[in-house]
Amino acid sequence: MTAPAPELRKTALNDAHRAMGGRMVEFGGWDMPVQYPAGTMAEHLRTRTHAGLFDVSHMGEIDVRGADAISFVNRITSNDATKLIDGQAQYSALTTPEGTVIDDLLVYRMASDHLLLIVNAGTTDKDWDWIKSHYQNENVELQNVSADYCQIALQGPDAISILQKLTDVPLAEIKYYHFREGDVDGVPSIVSRTGYTGEDGFEVYAAPEKAEQLWKKILDAGNFGDDDGVLPCGLAARNTLRLEAGMCLYGHEIDETTTLLEANLGWIAKLNKTDFIGRDALAKQKEEGIKRKLVGFEVTERGIARDGQNVFINGQCNGNVTSGSPAPFLKKNVGLAYVPVEFAGVGQHLEIDVRGKLVGAEIVPLPFYKRAK
Amino acid sequence: MANVPDNLHYSKDHEWVRVEGDTAVIGITDHAQEQLGDVVYVELPKAGEDFAAHDSFGSVESVKAVSEIFTPISGKVAEVNQSLADEPEKVNKDPYGEGWMIKMKMSKSGEVDSLLTAAEYEDFTKAESE
Repeated sequence: MTAPAPELRKTALNDAHRAMGGRMVEFGGWDMPVQYPAGTMAEHLRTRTHAGLFDVSHMGEIDVRGADAISFVNRITSNDATKLIDGQAQYSALTTPEGTVIDDLLVYRMASDHLLLIVNAGTTDKDWDWIKSHYQNENVELQNVSADYCQIALQGPDAISILQKLTDVPLAEIKYYHFREGDVDGVPSIVSRTGYTGEDGFEVYAAPEKAEQLWKKILDAGNFGDDDGVLPCGLAARNTLRLEAGMCLYGHEIDETTTLLEANLGWIAKLNKTDFIGRDALAKQKEEGIKRKLVGFEVTERGIARDGQNVFINGQCNGNVTSGSPAPFLKKNVGLAYVPVEFAGVGQHLEIDVRGKLVGAEIVPLPFYKRAK
Repeated sequence: MANVPDNLHYSKDHEWVRVEGDTAVIGITDHAQEQLGDVVYVELPKAGEDFAAHDSFGSVESVKAVSEIFTPISGKVAEVNQSLADEPEKVNKDPYGEGWMIKMKMSKSGEVDSLLTAAEYEDFTKAESE
């Protein structure tokens, strides 16, 4: 096993991952498990059929407190933060004046004068600088509180019954994209019905010194070791699960060169709310129409499309794969790609340049996978 | 720890060679499959193709990544393991047996002797992971 470079950051669960045989890799400046001994395939499938446990403590948390917390966040994010009620979470984005994406994030309304922003690991420092630089004398206090939280995601159809063994918080009462504050195994936590897998599940935020306790208790409560028990999952399964569910990953589908509209994220660009950074550019693009669009595709021949490969349509290279991988639950090879909008219809034939060989593919509806309710 | 059978020859690219007369059976090592994770796709050459030592003769893909595979010796492909097209997981389950990849008629006798022994390969993988 390769020793971590000294500059890599570690979550509070780093020792636990290593002790459990997690294969550690660098991700966004963090030393993280890419898979456990069960392997990516098993981890992915178990999350779909029972439950998977993920350490996502590398995600960043930014605290916004004060009388103007909501109006400040509403000005720097694309979704409508004024629509949130206490205990509700919202998917949103930090946008540039051009309507492109600094980061995608979750906005939690803790109180009318307190929002918590959950941002990506690799962009936390950039986001923090961006947010501070757009402060305009509002009555808010900003704090990068990333070090104050561990974040553990329990995902899958069995997540609710497993987590309920450890808490008196009535989990069934928490609606999707809502949260409660309460104790999990006696540890003060935020329990949020959110996730990045396409399954029902929860994300638990707590003090990092309690991370190992929560991790071990959840594994025990989920009968880790049994064929139908919970499995700890690495970043590789997290990626294949979110791809199957058709979700964007920052740095792949979205970045500072792609707009929300191009990425099918128009639903979080609330152009009719009060002004926000990038609103005018997005309104203009909406009026003129986008030129390229993010689509999902299935490979129809033998081969696996991978990130960065070129997409050919009618013999011309005019797009690229942003994420490509096997979809373990669907048993297909799928991917996301940007293509010119005139070729973005379902059924459109594509060819992917897989290391010099053109492999056939077809645009299909997103998401690839949708769980039965 | 990864299994490294004594009766095979090894390359620094993590392939193994088993000599059967003038034929070399080639696959990837247990260590290599462990590092790759679940193998989901194996691309192999056609019988009759010629390769020089260290040429890439195909690729093996896990959920996460693609790795090229290199022939440790020169020769002509006599047979490929067609069953890996439908059962690539054999590479994980039995890398030295049912997970074999190609058989080659060796064109340069003596090349095999320049490969690593089991003990040398074990030392090599240990050094690589330090």
